[in-house]
Amino acid sequence: MELVWDILISALLVIGGIFGFVGSLGLVKLPDPMTRLHAPTKAASLGVGSVLIASMLWFGVKQGEVTLHELMITVFIFLTAPITAHFIAKANIFRDWPAEKLPRPSGDGEWAVHQADADTSRGELSVERDLAEQAEDDRA
Amino acid sequence: MIRKFLPHPYLTLILAIVWLLLANAYTINSLVFAILVGLVIPWITAPYWPARARVANPLKIAEYALVVLWDIVMANITVARIVLFMPNAKLQPAWVTVPLDLISPEAITVLSGTITMTPGTLTAELAADGHSLLVHCLHAPDPDEVRDEIKTRYEARLKEIFE
Repeated sequence: MELVWDILISALLVIGGIFGFVGSLGLVKLPDPMTRLHAPTKAASLGVGSVLIASMLWFGVKQGEVTLHELMITVFIFLTAPITAHFIAKANIFRDWPAEKLPRPSGDGEWAVHQADADTSRGELSVERDLAEQAEDDRA
Repeated sequence: MIRKFLPHPYLTLILAIVWLLLANAYTINSLVFAILVGLVIPWITAPYWPARARVANPLKIAEYALVVLWDIVMANITVARIVLFMPNAKLQPAWVTVPLDLISPEAITVLSGTITMTPGTLTAELAADGHSLLVHCLHAPDPDEVRDEIKTRYEARLKEIFE
């Protein structure tokens, strides 16, 4: 049994290492800034994820203490990676991609980065509706 | 009345759980502090987040999480393959516009995060009116297929959860 856990934990560590490497390699190998963004956001997150699962197994099985810290690290990575990617992409679009080189959004507007007074959180989105409903509730 | 003390009940619950996990000690002490953190932070931040997020169907969240986790593993293998074995000349990056049916800001945030974490796609930009997403594909010979998959696989599920 001991051996099975050892193999499982080392396999997870090796897989983590491989994906971490692929993420970094992609950063060097892919041709332009937009494609380069793809490698670290995905490969690195699985790489870190499997190292963290290995850590949880090690503490759980070998040391006999339950640690769930690692879940939090995974959650934080999954929350921050897309946001970082979004901002790098935004900066990149602002520098290198004028509106004519991109497909059009479905409505009449422009992409937020090309429109100085963009307010993506308001208007027809559900915020107004929810606020109105809440005001209604408060009166009742 | 209850809104005054509990502006965001889901946030309260999540903060309490996160505190317990971070403290990594499951004692009455940390539970009390977890509840305190969960009550005070939503109360302080309520002016910056006036509308309460709606979750119509909490049970579907588990299904969505499993689908996304599976796709993340698959995404990594696909991207690793492209990085390791595909020559740059053969790569066909593409921009895709995804028109949105979702109107809740929380749902759109989750959708764009999901797109970034899954196969070869990355959310690059939101339209100024908030009704479409600009998605960049690492390798997409058929961009329309990518758009349809995002709409049926993720957006439809999110619509059930949030609206």
